[in-house]
Amino acid sequence: MFEKALKGNNNYWIWLGFLATFMAIGALCYIRQYMYGLGLTGMSRDVSWGLYISNFTFLVGVAAGGVMLVLPYYVHNYKVFGRITILGEFLAISAIIMCLLFIVADLGQPTRMLNVVFHPTPNSMLFYDMIVLNGYLFLNILCGWVILTAERKQIHPPKWIYFFVYLSIPFAISIHTVTAMLYCGLPGRHFWLSAIIAPRFLASAFAAGPALIVLVSLILKRVAHFDAGREATDKMVTIILYAALINAFFVMLEFFVGYYSQIPGHMHTLQYLFFGLEHHGHVYNNLVPFMWGFVVLTLTGYTLMAIPQTRRNDFWLAIGSASMFIGLWLDKGIGFVLAGFLPTPLEEIVEYYPTLNEIMITIAVWCTGFFILTVLYKIAVGVEHEVEA
Amino acid sequence: MDKQRREFLKIAGISTLAGLGAPAVVDRLVSGTTPLTAAASAEKGSSGHGAMETPAGHGQEAVPTGKQYGMVIDVRKFIAQRGLAEECIRACNQVHNIPQFPDRKDEIKWIWLTGYENAFPDNSHHHLNEEMERNQVLVLCNHCANPPCVRACPTKATFKDKHGVVAMDYHRCIGCRFCMAACPYGSRSFNWLDPRDPKGGLDVKNINRLFPTRMRGVVEKCNFCVERLGRGEQPACVAAASRSQGMFFGDLNDPNSEIRQVLKQNYTVQRKPSLGTKPSVFYII
Repeated sequence: MFEKALKGNNNYWIWLGFLATFMAIGALCYIRQYMYGLGLTGMSRDVSWGLYISNFTFLVGVAAGGVMLVLPYYVHNYKVFGRITILGEFLAISAIIMCLLFIVADLGQPTRMLNVVFHPTPNSMLFYDMIVLNGYLFLNILCGWVILTAERKQIHPPKWIYFFVYLSIPFAISIHTVTAMLYCGLPGRHFWLSAIIAPRFLASAFAAGPALIVLVSLILKRVAHFDAGREATDKMVTIILYAALINAFFVMLEFFVGYYSQIPGHMHTLQYLFFGLEHHGHVYNNLVPFMWGFVVLTLTGYTLMAIPQTRRNDFWLAIGSASMFIGLWLDKGIGFVLAGFLPTPLEEIVEYYPTLNEIMITIAVWCTGFFILTVLYKIAVGVEHEVEA
Repeated sequence: MDKQRREFLKIAGISTLAGLGAPAVVDRLVSGTTPLTAAASAEKGSSGHGAMETPAGHGQEAVPTGKQYGMVIDVRKFIAQRGLAEECIRACNQVHNIPQFPDRKDEIKWIWLTGYENAFPDNSHHHLNEEMERNQVLVLCNHCANPPCVRACPTKATFKDKHGVVAMDYHRCIGCRFCMAACPYGSRSFNWLDPRDPKGGLDVKNINRLFPTRMRGVVEKCNFCVERLGRGEQPACVAAASRSQGMFFGDLNDPNSEIRQVLKQNYTVQRKPSLGTKPSVFYII
């Protein structure tokens, strides 16, 4: 099947070349970082995780979001998703690969990363994260490939594969739950120390993942004559709307707990994120524009997807799903992780400024993910066309 | 398709049962008395790790057994004698070859001075006495009896040793910095740069040969001077403050130790005790 990725029109190769350029620049930046140390990033003793881990966290959600197509199709036999389920599985593969790349980019001693395997430590949440992320990656590669092969041969997939398909559903939930547990079990980080983090992560993931799939399927419709179908798109939009609404509800609950209890630890980080925090006569508000961007973009996306006239219009639907995706990225991929460190355990405010080198590595990881996604979708669409022909 | 749904429900049922069993497992893991953590300590050294057997304490607090080194810092002495705290910090920096990077972003700190309201945010208020408002207190790793950093480390690179010291294996650390996120005291530093980088001002020719310099990409922090304790010496900061009796060091689990007498005779506070970490550093304010 892989040969399908090797034949394409000019636009396909230009797009891949564009992504490869950034991947090459990022690779050079990574070599610089590897030789010099993480001092080349903007991270500090106080904000000890930066863009790498925050993007990792967001992308785990995107990967988990694929389950919103797998579950209705395989468990509820929702046939309309038949054509696009593979898009969910392949999205999960590329998102998980991005996650793993971000982790490696963030390690101070990447050559030692197998220590997590050599010295398994079941009381560390990172140990479980390694298991579920790699497990979910494996399951999606297996299920996606076997089912696509069967489709190409126009036969039923082998029975045994359904065991792995069903197994991938709790795995999807677990990857984001365990990722939430990296944060919500740490004493002294009040913003993260909330039992609602895992459900909130899942809610935003189930909006962000499908939003990206809607956007990509609209692009595929234009460039590859692959139509997901009106009914499937409408159903995905319904899923996105509910998930985004639940996410917004959870965010507001965090506000209630913080501001009604008036416990400083629960209030300060929200204050810092949305309004700016005054500390020793200086107002710190670096992340405020990002958080209001989150509010505005998700509301815009919500509106465009909820109103039937704009939803039925491919252009506005694309704008809507893109703003939803970017909005949710601002919330979880920027705000959540970076602000969790503030105020520091010693009640100081130290703001984080990513460096150019770090930003280029981050962009390169995203480009790698989209490169893999493009190749996988090319194969999937190629098989679809072959079957239809 | 119905058959597949049935299959799914079967799997879902089994995973739910597994989920219900999980809290018991987690409870055992977290309490620190499990075979797993015991195995972890056995790996670190052949002797029995008494401190590992200190349960986290649910309701009835179990009597701690084994060694748990701790420290009492008499803040009054440090206020009375200007420059004493700086002397302690200098002693530590020298003994452990700690570089002094000028950029705050790259800083490595084992023991340092901070404001009272920074060290004790839960005990601060607007009407603090002037003395406390003006003066600073020494902070360092608390060598918690129930350390969140040890729980978070995915490779056992940071661990409780047989003296109850939270120690680091610089050769195993992968530099994920999960421990830094887990520490509620901000006691951990990461080597963002090569510690021997000229920017750090470490005189490579005149370093303390008895303690290794670290490499970049690993986390480090105060180790209660385990290497000195092994030679029968006091921690460097305690030795530096010994003239003025500013610091006391000893086994918190030994009722006859000097530190226990000091704790008995003075009212002391810990940093953020409500988090359940059981810090081993106490302050006489």
